[in-house]
Amino acid sequence: MVDAVSSDAAEAANSMDTADGHGPRTELRLHVPAPAARPGEDPDFSFLAVPPVDEAPRPAVDAPATDTYDLATTLIRVLDDDGHAGGAWDPGLDAGTLRAGLEHMLVTRTIEEQFMLLQRQGKAAFAMRSLGEEAVAVSAAMAVGVDSPGYGPGLDMHFPTYRQSGILVANGHSLVEMTCQILSNEGDRLKGAQLPVLHSVPECGYFSISGNLATQLPQAVGWAMAGAIEGNRIVGVGWTGEGATAENDFHSALVFASVYQPPSITCVVNNQWAISSFQGIAGGTNASFAQRGIGYGVATLRVDGNDFLAGWAATRWATARARGGFGPTLIEWVTYRAASHSSSDDPSKYRPVESAKAWPLGDPVDRLTEHLIGLGELTLSDVEAIRSSARDRVLAAVAEAESMGTLNSGTSLSPVDMFRHVYAEMPPHLVEQRQELGY
Amino acid sequence: MSVDQDPYTPAFLPAPAPSPPSSTETASAGQTRSMTMIEAIRDALAVMMARDERVVSFGEDAGYFGGVFRCTEGLQQEFGEHRSFDTPISESGIVGAAVGMASYGLRPVAEIQFADYVYPGYDQIVSEAARLRSRSAGELTAPLVVRMPVGGGIRGGQTHSQSPEALFTHVAGLKVVLPSNPIDAKGLLIASIEDPDPVIFLEPKRLYNGPFDGHHDRPIQPWSRHELGNVPEGHYTIPLGEATIVRPGSEVTVLAYGTLRFVAEAAAAEAGVDAEIIDLRTLLPLDVDTVAASVAKTGRCVIAHEATRTSGFGAELSAQVQERCFDHLEAPITRVTGYDTPYPVGLEWVYFPGPDRVAEALRQVMAY
Repeated sequence: MVDAVSSDAAEAANSMDTADGHGPRTELRLHVPAPAARPGEDPDFSFLAVPPVDEAPRPAVDAPATDTYDLATTLIRVLDDDGHAGGAWDPGLDAGTLRAGLEHMLVTRTIEEQFMLLQRQGKAAFAMRSLGEEAVAVSAAMAVGVDSPGYGPGLDMHFPTYRQSGILVANGHSLVEMTCQILSNEGDRLKGAQLPVLHSVPECGYFSISGNLATQLPQAVGWAMAGAIEGNRIVGVGWTGEGATAENDFHSALVFASVYQPPSITCVVNNQWAISSFQGIAGGTNASFAQRGIGYGVATLRVDGNDFLAGWAATRWATARARGGFGPTLIEWVTYRAASHSSSDDPSKYRPVESAKAWPLGDPVDRLTEHLIGLGELTLSDVEAIRSSARDRVLAAVAEAESMGTLNSGTSLSPVDMFRHVYAEMPPHLVEQRQELGY
Repeated sequence: MSVDQDPYTPAFLPAPAPSPPSSTETASAGQTRSMTMIEAIRDALAVMMARDERVVSFGEDAGYFGGVFRCTEGLQQEFGEHRSFDTPISESGIVGAAVGMASYGLRPVAEIQFADYVYPGYDQIVSEAARLRSRSAGELTAPLVVRMPVGGGIRGGQTHSQSPEALFTHVAGLKVVLPSNPIDAKGLLIASIEDPDPVIFLEPKRLYNGPFDGHHDRPIQPWSRHELGNVPEGHYTIPLGEATIVRPGSEVTVLAYGTLRFVAEAAAAEAGVDAEIIDLRTLLPLDVDTVAASVAKTGRCVIAHEATRTSGFGAELSAQVQERCFDHLEAPITRVTGYDTPYPVGLEWVYFPGPDRVAEALRQVMAY
């Protein structure tokens, strides 16, 4: 009953007094977001505001989460358009660290190119690349590694997606073994149990990748909760693409992070595309993905994902916050998936072919290279030598891995391997089934 | 069971849990105490939380308040809020966090308030907990327990009465336990917590406070007046994968678990049949040897469970018996189950496979 309200006020409250004065739309229709450009059109990234490097302030690592909320709508940048470092987030990295970062990115790019080639040659079932977004995984892995107590149960752990192979490279995983996993050969420690790219290398801080999307996010938070229960200054870093933020597990993870304030970092890699669905289909056109952290009261950062220094700085901030006992952070990495989703995907069917070249945040390898040259730390011939060395390392590793067989030739996987590790001890029904197979 | 015999287990993994004592060993040498099934479950958790700092317990309302069924009562007060705590209403978060904690090195025991609520967490159980060991070649594991009340007979309707055990027995990598009494519940829960694999621990809620033979119109029996409520103190285990013969018999084998164990006992007595009643206790892995030996002896088999029939666990039992005992069978294997309908409130006792229906199946099998 609203009998106490004056008739004028009641009329105003119930009227369709829209802002433009035109009243309701002529039609009420389902809104299906569409990207700015489709195949045959010019790439259009005008929706992405790219602020100057000195725009984003850097709060103290123990600042209340509310002090970070403005950072959910800007973009933390260190490298400007000319490759100069500046702003509050400049981590002041030494040349050795920068050069290592460049090398890891180049190795990641090169080895993933080779994986695609192996797939096309029929030697691997599947392949994926992180082309154009290598700075994300590499800078994060290196930044977590600065004060990491180590990786594995009881220590630090990344819970990656298939787009973070850079973590493996940066954390020193054997390139030979990495390739063996792609080839599903006998050098694969998983013995062909998992699809290529779904590595499991706990000693390099690389948790087994499920293949189901976003399930790793509450696990990473649970890992961090376990660390907090035991009083250990470890971090659990969960990774997802922007598309899978729509999964309930993303929200479960943030609720648990919000409630228990564990040393967790949730990374959303917004590379604009989830196979053929642009980020608007995940809700990205109405709010940034970082802004979702605000609803949970979690510290939020939105970072230029193609800026190695900015990624490093943002991850260091979140890691220091986590290890210091100041709680979880959500980081949105704004980047671009320059390659296909996977070896099974053809992006020319749903986006302009020249999209990646038009991406306003550029290429991470080029930007870090430009920065190092600008610093006088590298010459063009040094760059060529680094590229060539990365290529040599990768090709040697791939050749060695191929000598252990490929998907369709020369492997000696035993059918017994299928029955191993289902349980700690093989139960009678599995023994019986293995015996049916003749083993 | 020992994971350190596994050649794929790297040195950086935490040391495996101490070997569990055998099922007959108890910490308090023969002392027993009358407990309900709730108290026995709570006691198992308390025993393990005192023994092993890695054991943590959590769930919706499971911390301060001690759970809607009181199975975790007092644990927070005794062991602190870091080891027994409330969770958000998020089953995917509860199980997902448990997977992370278990792989980190803890021994989480997660409570789902009702099995009917587990489905948002089902993906974390099926795709994650169950397969983590396999997909990491044994380098990462999820030794967790997910406890949840199952079954009806409490006027709970379709969202508080389901028996989804077959949704878990169908999953490679899980173990599925369903005790029927306080002694088994405590010993099996301790064994489940110590087990290196993920265990789904299903608690028939109608049995929490006393045995129930399906005669809902008769006075309720408390566990204090039943020998299975006389629970050993301290630490003991009942190994997973071992059925128990409740009543030896010669004419027909009845395969049951949970509430139906007591229904079967009543039905056999009322039908005047010399039935051998087996309480399976663990559904996965299944003690098929005990089952097959019994049916080979009796030549007849009735399977009773509360869950819906189609693709229910009884179908698996029927297939196993047929494969192993075909030459011994003197009558068709018969199932008595819940109907393939949602669990009703108003017609609960029509739906429930009570002693009359089980007794009728026994008579039919004997008359075949």
